[in-house]
Amino acid sequence: MHHPQVLRSQMRWECHGGQEESKQEQIYVGRSLMGPPTPFTLMPMPGVPITHTQQPYVTGTSVLGLIYEGGVLIAADTAGSYGSTTRFKSVERMKAVSNNTLLGASGEISDFQAITQLLDRLIVADAMWDDGNDLGPLDIHNYLTRVMYNRRNKFDPLWNTLILGGVKNGVKHLGSVSMIGVHYVDNHIATGFGIHLAQPIFREEWKENMTLEEGTRLLEKALLVLFYRDRSAINKIQVANVTEDGVHISQPYALKSEWNLEAFKNPTASAAGSW
Amino acid sequence: MEPMACQWTDAPHSMGTTIMAVEYNGGVILGADSRTTTGVYVANRASDKITELTDNVYLCRSGSAADSQVVSDYVRYFLNQHTILLGRLATVKTASTLVKELSYQNKSFLETGLIVAGWDKYEGGSVYGIPLGGTLLRLPFATGGSGSSYLYGFLDQAWKSNMTQEEAEALVVKSISLAIARDGASGGVVRTVTINEEGVQRKFYAGDKLPLFHEEIAPRPTPIHAN
Repeated sequence: MHHPQVLRSQMRWECHGGQEESKQEQIYVGRSLMGPPTPFTLMPMPGVPITHTQQPYVTGTSVLGLIYEGGVLIAADTAGSYGSTTRFKSVERMKAVSNNTLLGASGEISDFQAITQLLDRLIVADAMWDDGNDLGPLDIHNYLTRVMYNRRNKFDPLWNTLILGGVKNGVKHLGSVSMIGVHYVDNHIATGFGIHLAQPIFREEWKENMTLEEGTRLLEKALLVLFYRDRSAINKIQVANVTEDGVHISQPYALKSEWNLEAFKNPTASAAGSW
Repeated sequence: MEPMACQWTDAPHSMGTTIMAVEYNGGVILGADSRTTTGVYVANRASDKITELTDNVYLCRSGSAADSQVVSDYVRYFLNQHTILLGRLATVKTASTLVKELSYQNKSFLETGLIVAGWDKYEGGSVYGIPLGGTLLRLPFATGGSGSSYLYGFLDQAWKSNMTQEEAEALVVKSISLAIARDGASGGVVRTVTINEEGVQRKFYAGDKLPLFHEEIAPRPTPIHAN
């Protein structure tokens, strides 16, 4: 970010040894984006570093992603869990950041909403330069890495694992950023339970230049396993297709699940006891 | 016994609560129970948990009574200023966003789940749920408080879209009554607030007039038996 206002405040911060900044700043990213301290802080404590290390309340489970011939496919279910309760069943966990980048998140939904609000402002500020160059998926990925890592260092994390995918100038990008700032890119990515259940499937079955159909089928296969085996998952998913031309997020739909297996009907019939 | 006797005098005021709001074709209905507890003692058996933010937007409060009151006071103040500046009624979305900002930015201090609902000319009736943490979600209906746990199954079955005002009101009263029947932290009377284009209407359903459920019995004069 080379916005002049950010540079000036950074210089001031260096000169005065951080006092001015720590007196006012509660959010540690780009003054120009978060704006001056708002009246929404109920207990402002000048000079005292605010330590939160929160706990998540409303959470989303796995997000999956993979690269295919035309771009990037990212999928997630629409559940918002509140502890062990599936409290909200129509939560959007993926959002288009710009017309060639998509962000998906697992973890605390309120923090995801704050991140998308932050990115909206970032994209607008970038577009206002009108310099013929807009932030691409890799740029957003790096930016989010800084955001997440800096919050982690203040013991005030954004409680999410983010999946960032997009295409720019023909180059496809798919990456992940965790709440502690761990970041990487790969051809196929998953968060949460998906790391354990979906990634092994991807490692076996992903290949270069899959078609849209093949990629979607592979994501659905992994999502079905997650529906069977992740207690926080529900059978209501959205799949997003990100290409150079645009981002398209599907309407929520449900997968066909298989329960009509003979072995399921009477599992204890030949057992000693009832288990 | 000494520590037990003092426990509820020192415990923070909490509204265990059951709150809900439902959107119907033409407006919204907000509902709540009326019990405020400090530990196990019922500090107020007739509290009013549905608070006005503006003429057309109200707030259902749950969780810590103090936290929800202070959030509500701030938002009422902000919206008052905003309405003067804007020159017309605030939208439900604006009110909800302000409540969300306070909830989210102070998540480490606050323990309150809120539901904002009201009517404006752009969206008609709208309901916004703001659970712990400060997530903002627009919903066709929202529930909150400890009593809401008992309503998930009931509402999965009983709620339907495009209800009339009467249907929505009946659903709200029945739901809160069911929650009161099972949740120790909810009780008292059922209060409802209906908000639509015409304005705001408050209703009061007395505790002894609520429907009786499983294993509950109706009050009757004391039976006197001659010896």
